[in-house]
Amino acid sequence: MSRNGFTADEMMAVEAARRLRDGAVCFVGIGLPSLATNLARHTHAPNCVLIYESGTIGAKPVELPLSIGDGELAETADAVVSVPEVFAYWLQGRRIDVSFLGAAQIDRHGNLNSTVIGDYAVPKVRLPGGGGAPEIALGVDDVFVMLRHSPRAFVERLDFTTSLGDNVRVVITDLGILEPRDGELTLVAVHPGVAVEEPVAATGWALRVAADVGQTEPPTAQELTALRALRTKGQD
Amino acid sequence: MILPLRDAVREHVHDGDVVALEGFTHLIPHAAGHEVIRQGRRDLTLIRMTPDIVYDQLIGMGCARKLVFSWGGNPGVGSLHRFRDAVEHGWPVPLELEEHSHAGMAAAYAAGAANLPFGVLRGYRGGDLPAHTRVATVTCPFTGEELAAVPAHRPDVGIVHAQQADRAGNVQLWGITGVQKETVLASTRSIVTVEEIVDELEPRPGSVVLPYWVVDAVCLAPHGAHPSYAHGYYDRDNDFYVAWEEISRDRDAFQAWMQKHVLATADSEEYLASLGARALA
Repeated sequence: MSRNGFTADEMMAVEAARRLRDGAVCFVGIGLPSLATNLARHTHAPNCVLIYESGTIGAKPVELPLSIGDGELAETADAVVSVPEVFAYWLQGRRIDVSFLGAAQIDRHGNLNSTVIGDYAVPKVRLPGGGGAPEIALGVDDVFVMLRHSPRAFVERLDFTTSLGDNVRVVITDLGILEPRDGELTLVAVHPGVAVEEPVAATGWALRVAADVGQTEPPTAQELTALRALRTKGQD
Repeated sequence: MILPLRDAVREHVHDGDVVALEGFTHLIPHAAGHEVIRQGRRDLTLIRMTPDIVYDQLIGMGCARKLVFSWGGNPGVGSLHRFRDAVEHGWPVPLELEEHSHAGMAAAYAAGAANLPFGVLRGYRGGDLPAHTRVATVTCPFTGEELAAVPAHRPDVGIVHAQQADRAGNVQLWGITGVQKETVLASTRSIVTVEEIVDELEPRPGSVVLPYWVVDAVCLAPHGAHPSYAHGYYDRDNDFYVAWEEISRDRDAFQAWMQKHVLATADSEEYLASLGARALA
């Protein structure tokens, strides 16, 4: 818990949730994106449709899943389809509006690396890989990236380009908000209690700062109550 | 044909085979993977969209020469340390990678099931992956659009886990069914392990039914997906996924664990007993 009465993760989840319009169809991963989309569903966007890549369409989990294929998702879904179908008919079929992506590295254009650190053939760190990211990044209208700010993650040059940044609309970090302006990610807001210098220092390239850089609204009491009521399965 | 898992693996899985053990978080065929390890298969080319713990075990025990995959991690936890050790340090043997995206892997399985030479999709655009994998471009003969082509998956053996089979060997699985139907239909031979063998399959909403004549071996393996889950039978053992992080991080700890729980046990029943009652909750 920070001195503000909420954590950086809570600020990230709340800020991501606010950006989802009611009725949006969202491709969801595990962790913060799952938290954010379910928070939106329990606050201003009750008709948000959640699609997990395991093939659960319209999942309405009561307890947040630990994996993208938890039984809870299948039990609460409007439809459960095969994995080939979810990628071919639903993602490639352009039926999904928004997706969240994470990564190990991001560059100033929103390109992401989730494949390797170091050389591909002789990697320093072999990461899990892109999974659905290459097609998700180009197959939805709006890509939201959630990533903790550090010079190791926000790099001048990616070690490997896993997915392209063409549709990245926002990068939500633990320090602030970046949006593309004139083709380059630009700091447009910092979270409460964060100085503009902090995200700049935590970025491995010379981060542009918007002239009108603002401050994100802190989570409201209602948002925090709804967020904390979302319990992850198995946690008390 | 219903037969013991040991006999099915001996008969159908050979050194050097291309083998796909599929399951998308749900119904992962751990018991079958363990039997492949017990029988000491080598030089396998393993295919899986989401290689997780059972593939970490197969790789760490030196069963695999090559991995064809799209996401290799411990879901919700982090890295696969045996997979990383094989890729980063060649231990215990070097592991060749053929890396795809999920959409590409799914298209490759669907093409294999349909007896087509390649799958087609709007994918692999930009980025560095195309330079490091098997993907080509085809031009649509009707619109001129350029699309990605991925070679079909045609495993020698496809292995999946299901909830039920009947006595004739018809199989039914339900809940999240992933890419299992395509895996069985794309493969030359197939093994299905099941939670239960019943007199009659009761139709379930959204289920996948595999007729007995497309499955070569049906094997009874209760709790055979542990630590994954079987919808309607038992939950995912999330604690095990977390525990695997420590077990797999160190080569010696990994080998000791595999010796005790897999190599020194005869089958999935003994494996589960070796883990204690928690696994059966």
